[in-house]
Amino acid sequence: MQSAWDWEFAWEILPELVRGMVTTVSVTLVGIVIAVVLGLFLALGRRSDKRLISYPTAGFIEFVRSTPLLIQLFFLYYALPTTDLPTWLTTWDAFVTLFVALGIHYACYASEAYRAGIESVPRGQWEAATSLNLRIRTTWRSVILPQAVPRSLPPLGNYFVAMFKDAPIGSAITVPGVLFVARAIQSATFRSVEPYTIAGLLFLAVSIPAAMLVRRLERRVAYESD
Amino acid sequence: MSQIEHVPPSPRGAAAVEMQKVTKAFGELVVLNQLDLHVEPGEVVVIIGPSGSGKTTILRVVMTLERIDDGYIQIGERQLYHEEKNGELVRASEKHIRSIRSDISMVFQHFNLFPHMSARENVMLAPIKVKGLSEDEAAEKAKLLLDRVGLGDKLDHRPSELSGGQKQRVAIARSLAMEPRVMLFDEVTSALDPELVGEVLNVLRELAASGDMTMMMVTHEMGFASEMADRVLMFDKGRILEQGPPDKIFKDPDHERTKSFLRAVLSH
Amino acid sequence: MLDDLILNPNQYRNLLQGTWVTIQVIAGSFALGTVMSLVVGVARLSSLRWVRGAALVYIEFARGVAAIILLFWMAYALPILFGLPSMPALLAGILALGLNMGAYGAEIVRGAIQAVPKGQYEASVALNLSSRDRLRHVILPQAVPIILPPYGNLTIEVLKGTALVSLIGLSDLAFETQLLRTGRVRSSDPVNLPFLYLNVLVIYLILSQLTAYLFRIAEKRSARKFGST
Repeated sequence: MQSAWDWEFAWEILPELVRGMVTTVSVTLVGIVIAVVLGLFLALGRRSDKRLISYPTAGFIEFVRSTPLLIQLFFLYYALPTTDLPTWLTTWDAFVTLFVALGIHYACYASEAYRAGIESVPRGQWEAATSLNLRIRTTWRSVILPQAVPRSLPPLGNYFVAMFKDAPIGSAITVPGVLFVARAIQSATFRSVEPYTIAGLLFLAVSIPAAMLVRRLERRVAYESD
Repeated sequence: MSQIEHVPPSPRGAAAVEMQKVTKAFGELVVLNQLDLHVEPGEVVVIIGPSGSGKTTILRVVMTLERIDDGYIQIGERQLYHEEKNGELVRASEKHIRSIRSDISMVFQHFNLFPHMSARENVMLAPIKVKGLSEDEAAEKAKLLLDRVGLGDKLDHRPSELSGGQKQRVAIARSLAMEPRVMLFDEVTSALDPELVGEVLNVLRELAASGDMTMMMVTHEMGFASEMADRVLMFDKGRILEQGPPDKIFKDPDHERTKSFLRAVLSH
Repeated sequence: MLDDLILNPNQYRNLLQGTWVTIQVIAGSFALGTVMSLVVGVARLSSLRWVRGAALVYIEFARGVAAIILLFWMAYALPILFGLPSMPALLAGILALGLNMGAYGAEIVRGAIQAVPKGQYEASVALNLSSRDRLRHVILPQAVPIILPPYGNLTIEVLKGTALVSLIGLSDLAFETQLLRTGRVRSSDPVNLPFLYLNVLVIYLILSQLTAYLFRIAEKRSARKFGST
């Protein structure tokens, strides 16, 4: 029976796992960029006066938020290529598919963060803008968004940490993130304790500082808005 | 919305504000009931009355913060809520309303300053974005106006660093920057600590005394009203109960309701 | 085409079998998660420093180490540490998701307890209630209406998370979907992938909405029963 923990082996596989972690972090960062931008569009779309825009947008957001990311990932990776959609839309490699799936899924959460931020701007600000006869675009750009965005940052931060924790699902479609590497090591060496434990520790090493940063951001925003 | 009758422009020449049969309801509650109100250019009109009487709504429909259900509002020579199309008077487009709105400005009870901008930037924003001034021109104008309201040394301060009275004076400067024809004041001293009220009233006094700003004010400051108002309106339940020069209204009102209201307010 | 949108009965049967497993996973995780939430949530406010510390460590670890990593660790590393060759996937799933859920739930419970007005504590002390009685009969009942809404959202998140167990070979709804995709389940006609996934997403949507509905009912009832005077 193999021993529970082999330090030499653990040391051996560490570099590979770290490399996998870098991939996981990278794909998360790209996903964050997509979520930030797409989320804002979704938020504005949901607020639109035209029901033709606001209803489908709200429906889409609800649908994506109520269903598993894993299934959405599989849908993008396996199902889309079988459709008649143009190939540039369907033949993405696994890495791209993963950050698109993460980006879209978390854009729907980000849109809620933006929405809450926008709605927390006092109505008086809108009325002041009307009283100065500012154009809608100016009102958004110069008055509302500068106040809404900082308030949205803490919830956004939390969603991005959550995205990072979801990123390893890429291992199911062969994205070489930390989990994929751990599984590969398990298959090759039949040793499972070291790879998964190290993967877990690496994860903690990133997610705990990230969560602390978001908490600090929360405190700062709360302090400044009083 | 009733059938629009073609109402000819006011025969008294260009009033600053002309309200004809203005009606506004919130659900079941009729807040403005066929209101007729004529304000001359340069006139200072003070509106008093119990809370819930609808007096703030008068200002808000002029500022287009609420839309009227019926009636007409004219600013200067132009209809605010209606425009001419093929010789007919129809409901105005947003574009039309925007083209007149710069002539109207409002100062709010709770200031509504932009917290992420300095006093100077608050005053500069609209002239740059709406009137097309350059940044330098707007900055100069802002300095002049803030000096005028006594805040020349607070140009780069944020609203959070200012007292209530200072905030309100910035708000007044911000409104003045748009060079409106009509300024609306919605209980602008009600949210201030008593010792800060005076500095704001002084600015208002100066504005009123100049004679060339049309002012409509909702206020509880009866002392100010009796001093500076050209006309006082007693408003109750959606209608003008009575109106007249301050001497008349404050010293010898016609209606019992006005008498009891004044007694209650002035006994503080 | 509409023909393809609806799957054939065999395929639905497989999916529903998977759904049943999914329900077992969420039920087990919910039970474990709720127990952990209550225990650890209260522990976070204990007067004993080491209890507070242990609670905090659990929360940071179980949250920080992503449900999916925890799942694989439970399934493949934990049994080895106990000298066992393997662990049933269902157990691994419930452990991982339940402990993960407990970490998030504990913070919800803690926040809700802290939101109960201080006067309630003071009245309890004045009535000389023991701290256990105070918690059971005064504080927690008033915390419940505050806990339910975010807890409902958390439950739905965990429900979505159950799809991960397919990755350790448990035949839940997600796993059955994969089987249908790779055609390992014998069915007479090849499945249209986009519609297959759409069907599955809708099933999850129904489960989510059902959960939300159940929580709404619970919220209404608790507001009536436990709402503040």
